[in-house]
Amino acid sequence: MSIVNQWAFIGVFIAVAWMLPVLPLVISWVFRPRRANAIKMQTYECGMETVGDTWVQFKVQYYIYGIIFLVFDVEIIFLFPWALAYNQLDFFAFFAGLLFIFLLTDALIYAWKKNALEWA
Amino acid sequence: MQTCVNVVETMVPCLVQGGVDPGLAQFISILLGVVLVSAFPLVLVILLIWVERKIAARVQDRIGPNRVGPWGILQNVADAVKLIIKEDITPAGADRLVYNAAPIIAMLSVILIWAVVPFSPVHIGVDLDIGVLYFTAVSSIGTLAIMMAGWSSNNKYALLGAFRVVAQLLSYEVPFVLTLLVPVMLAGSMSTQDIVWGQVGMWYIVVAPISALIFYIANLGETGRAPFDLIEAESELVAGYNIEYSGMKFGLFMANEFMHAFTANLLFAVVFLGGWWGPGATEIPFLGFLYLMIKTTIVYIPSLILRATIPRLRVDQMISFNWKVLVPISILNVVVMALLIKIVQVAGIAPAPGETDFLAHLPMTVVLLLGNVGIGAGVVTVLRNAGRRDRMEAQDLVLEPNDEKSLSVTVAH
Amino acid sequence: MLELNAQSIAFFIFSVLVLGGAIGVVTSRNLIHGALYLIVSLFGGAGFFVLLSAPFLAAVQVLVYIGAIAILIIFAVMLTRSMTQLRELVNAQWWLSAIVGIALFVLLAVAVILPVWGVDGTNPNQPVSDDIATIQDLGVALVDGNQYVLPFEVASLLLTAAMIGAIFIARDTSVDMDD
Repeated sequence: MSIVNQWAFIGVFIAVAWMLPVLPLVISWVFRPRRANAIKMQTYECGMETVGDTWVQFKVQYYIYGIIFLVFDVEIIFLFPWALAYNQLDFFAFFAGLLFIFLLTDALIYAWKKNALEWA
Repeated sequence: MQTCVNVVETMVPCLVQGGVDPGLAQFISILLGVVLVSAFPLVLVILLIWVERKIAARVQDRIGPNRVGPWGILQNVADAVKLIIKEDITPAGADRLVYNAAPIIAMLSVILIWAVVPFSPVHIGVDLDIGVLYFTAVSSIGTLAIMMAGWSSNNKYALLGAFRVVAQLLSYEVPFVLTLLVPVMLAGSMSTQDIVWGQVGMWYIVVAPISALIFYIANLGETGRAPFDLIEAESELVAGYNIEYSGMKFGLFMANEFMHAFTANLLFAVVFLGGWWGPGATEIPFLGFLYLMIKTTIVYIPSLILRATIPRLRVDQMISFNWKVLVPISILNVVVMALLIKIVQVAGIAPAPGETDFLAHLPMTVVLLLGNVGIGAGVVTVLRNAGRRDRMEAQDLVLEPNDEKSLSVTVAH
Repeated sequence: MLELNAQSIAFFIFSVLVLGGAIGVVTSRNLIHGALYLIVSLFGGAGFFVLLSAPFLAAVQVLVYIGAIAILIIFAVMLTRSMTQLRELVNAQWWLSAIVGIALFVLLAVAVILPVWGVDGTNPNQPVSDDIATIQDLGVALVDGNQYVLPFEVASLLLTAAMIGAIFIARDTSVDMDD
């Protein structure tokens, strides 16, 4: 199969696959009762009435995890072509990869020492 | 003349012979493959939930579902019917579009993984040459679905739960992807089918057991299974990101969790346990499918027993474990494996590509295995010392709460 | 000129996703909706990469942009107050952005259509290069001493610097809260 054909499969797959979870929802929509009222529609939360706005300001720690993840993710993406071609490469390539990973580890050590990995 | 024996392989020529337009025939064959591959996990999930409930029941000295059908095997069909006829409540103030789209996207992200799972030498949805990256990318969409669900519910606990889960999933994706580098290096390909072919001589779990272990743990974290099941923290966050969901939408999230767990183990079997490979698998493709399912079950059942026996970790412990244990080990693992693979190649004892003989793989396997044992021994030593230090510290704090932590004295006993 | 085949249909679908998503981003009054529209747009971009026979970049687009950056944007939005119900969609500098946007569009359109750099867009029968670079080639080029090994390492350094900077800035604000 050519590359385009392969991805045509993925395209058709996406087009079909989203119907599979939708199908039970549609069946449910046909059969389920509809006796909603204002009290039933209230936010459940934990059983008490909700207080204040839900969409409040969140703490910065999540963002830090996000940043660290993003950096690692991009770095690993760079390493995939390297790993793929690894059998054809010489020892120099190993050291190039090693330096790359070393710099990555530096960032991790920095984050660790700065307590950025703590769930504060 | 084309014979029309095997429908899946020779469908296009068969149809064209029957007078169908070639383009249309191609499309029909693709469509059929898609429906088969994508519907399979959905059918499977009904069985999976039953297996899970039975095993959890046995561990807890119960019988489990036993009323509907023989051994209660139809219990989940009954449950599905119940979920379908349940009233569906969208809470006031929810963001309707995002709220309704979230369960669909969550399930889509798991079903899409199955497109690149090699079931047998010839049966695979599509053998993408970036297969490994494809399933990583697709499963990262699931994170987004959880975020959407938590945010759109207009519920503080759901949002908090979603944030935690997303932090967890992002974190565990790092060791997950890092360890995948090792099989890619060994197989010299990112295609899932090529990775299975690369294991014909020797399974990668023997060549790289540390990678396999990290991959397994990261998989547990990625799928939110015990002990990393913060995804349903009923003791602190009521339920997690799906509190406000009811009826079939809740059912989809639930089914999705089981499906994702099985899919993750399926990927483990493909990447480390030789996938469909087994005696006679190349001649009789169905045998390959059977082998794959058996291997997946062998790694899936322990995860169920783990779920029923191990308590849940705290969120801070879980995140720390990932960043301070798993990620450093997987970085070390990648470096050591890369070095050893290169040394083996330079020394000329690496098996030729496509070599299927067990003996040809033996020298490289021994070298890499020794390297893995070395990594394992080093890691265990470091962890033991760290654990001892922590315990000492805790003891000190209990005995003399006002005293300064004089670690250097207590450790050097 | 326009041939109606599967590829061109896919192209139109992806174009609608990209442009529709982009319009959604700038017109929605809810920042989270904006972020979700951005994901739609990025997904269309991944589709374009596939159509251009660069599936590796498509996977990177989904993995990094949708799986990481979009999540990061949502985290960042959650850090701000009043993320829903933005009262104003434009600020005082809208005309400046409009000029820059139009200029950029004209520049890109000219560069694509006229033979300034590379392929001549006015000549549809231009042969494409026969060499198909694989991901292996990319991997070899990335660590080849005569090719891209320096940019490869510098990229790592850049990412490390970015992470250190982000942690430094973010921790700076939270230290006060801890004490």
